[in-house]
Amino acid sequence: MTEQPMVRFDNVSKRYGSLTVLDGLNLDIARGEKVSIIGPSGSGKTTVLRMLMTLETINDGVIWVEGEPLTHMQRNGKLVPADLAHIRKIRAKIGMVFQSFNLFPHMTAMQNCIEAPITVLGMKRADAEARAAELLDMVGLSEKKDHYPSQLSGGQQQRVAIARACAMRPKIMLFDEVTSALDPELVGEVLEVIRKLGREHDLTMLMVTHQMGFAKEFSDRVCFFHAGKICEQGPPNELFGAPKNERTRQFLHAVLEAG
Amino acid sequence: MIWDWAFAFEILPVLASAAIVSIEATLIGFALAASLGLVLAVVRIAVPWTGWTISVLVELIRSTPLLIQIFFLYFVFPKFGVVLDAFTAGVLAIGIHYAAYCSEVYRAGFDNIHRGQWEASVALNLSAWTTFRDIIIPQAIPPIVPALGNYLVALFKETPLLSAIAVLELMQTAKIIGSETFRYTEPMTLVGLFFLAMSLVSAALIRSLEGLLNRRTMR
Ligand SMILES: Nc1ncnc2c1ncn2[C@@H]1O[C@H](COP(=O)(O)OP(=O)(O)O)[C@@H](O)[C@H]1O
Ligand SMILES: [Mg+2]
Repeated sequence: MTEQPMVRFDNVSKRYGSLTVLDGLNLDIARGEKVSIIGPSGSGKTTVLRMLMTLETINDGVIWVEGEPLTHMQRNGKLVPADLAHIRKIRAKIGMVFQSFNLFPHMTAMQNCIEAPITVLGMKRADAEARAAELLDMVGLSEKKDHYPSQLSGGQQQRVAIARACAMRPKIMLFDEVTSALDPELVGEVLEVIRKLGREHDLTMLMVTHQMGFAKEFSDRVCFFHAGKICEQGPPNELFGAPKNERTRQFLHAVLEAG
Repeated sequence: MIWDWAFAFEILPVLASAAIVSIEATLIGFALAASLGLVLAVVRIAVPWTGWTISVLVELIRSTPLLIQIFFLYFVFPKFGVVLDAFTAGVLAIGIHYAAYCSEVYRAGFDNIHRGQWEASVALNLSAWTTFRDIIIPQAIPPIVPALGNYLVALFKETPLLSAIAVLELMQTAKIIGSETFRYTEPMTLVGLFFLAMSLVSAALIRSLEGLLNRRTMR
């Protein structure tokens, strides 16, 4: 028996009115797998992550997490739309880091990292703080734990956001262009933290990125999206080295030309 | 002589104790308005299907005079078996009336919170209650303190309406003094001065609170 995928998109579609953003998406992600999503702007990359984080509803299909439906519940052998309690239970396995950080501005780095562990996981403050201190150390920000987001650089804020997401001990981490809002000289420090996370933790990671070099070196698999479909996917050296699809070639050509 | 100092000093203690009633009505009324307004604004977002009902309710309350609402609670509610004393009925009416205004202020405050704050809360699996309590409300309140403060002052200046149902607040007391002594100049002037002073003081308090909150959130 093959192991259950960590995440399965089963024929998932997403529409905004008459605009079909994702068209019958099928995608399995194995436990611990690092998958990069690349593709032109507007191809539906962010939407994939947002649906998995339950920030968007889906119009068709089912998303499965560790063999359990995320968007639905099983009732008398049938799948019915999930209620909030079910969604929260499955959602607990997933964490997300956003392009615009989305730290809580009225809380220090430490407070950002302990809020959810205390209120959602019911951890004791002291335990939550000890764990947050470890995570802030991992992202290289022990010194900044009492700083507010406005006192931190973009790169530092994004690293706090990563620590904050990790504090909930997710099994799946989603990264949506997490370096796109950063000045070029700050990109490296954030990628370094993601690299470390990939090494030190047995995390399943799904990231939308424009950093082709990073995607190539870091991921087990790269998916190229075009117009709401996976146009081509494969191990990075194949997809970057010998793309089979004409659209992939054009895209990679344009991206590498630009940067 | 138009102004009689001796008379003014004689009625001062009576007016002072009436002033306490006015202030009590203001504070209780505003506490009710601020908390009920917050509840309305939160429920409207947290329980989407209530949106329409709450909008209609708020519009209804804002489009009818406060005096009518006071009369309604005091004279009409007893017909349905709800008997309230004048002070309770009056303060309740004032509180509900201003809750409608406050709920709109909170709503504007919530609308100004960046979408990313809600999304981060979902990603961290916070409950709706925790999201409001720890994330949204602490960020939404500081910018709306001036608007809420304006309603506090406005509410205070409307407490004389309570004299219409004979609550012994400042206005009613002044009217009684006037009708008993046939001197209105001193009581009405003193009442006016009192409202002026209190309004100025609260405006100053709100400004300093505002400054304090700004300094804390600008960090
Ligand atoms: N809330 C929305 N309403 C309408 N259209 C949307 C909404 N969100 C995204 N879209 C559209 O969906 C498409 C895919 O968006 P997105 O997933 O953000 O693309 P990407 O991340 O690949 O740039 C785009 O055409 C975008 O305009
Ligand atoms: Mg995007």
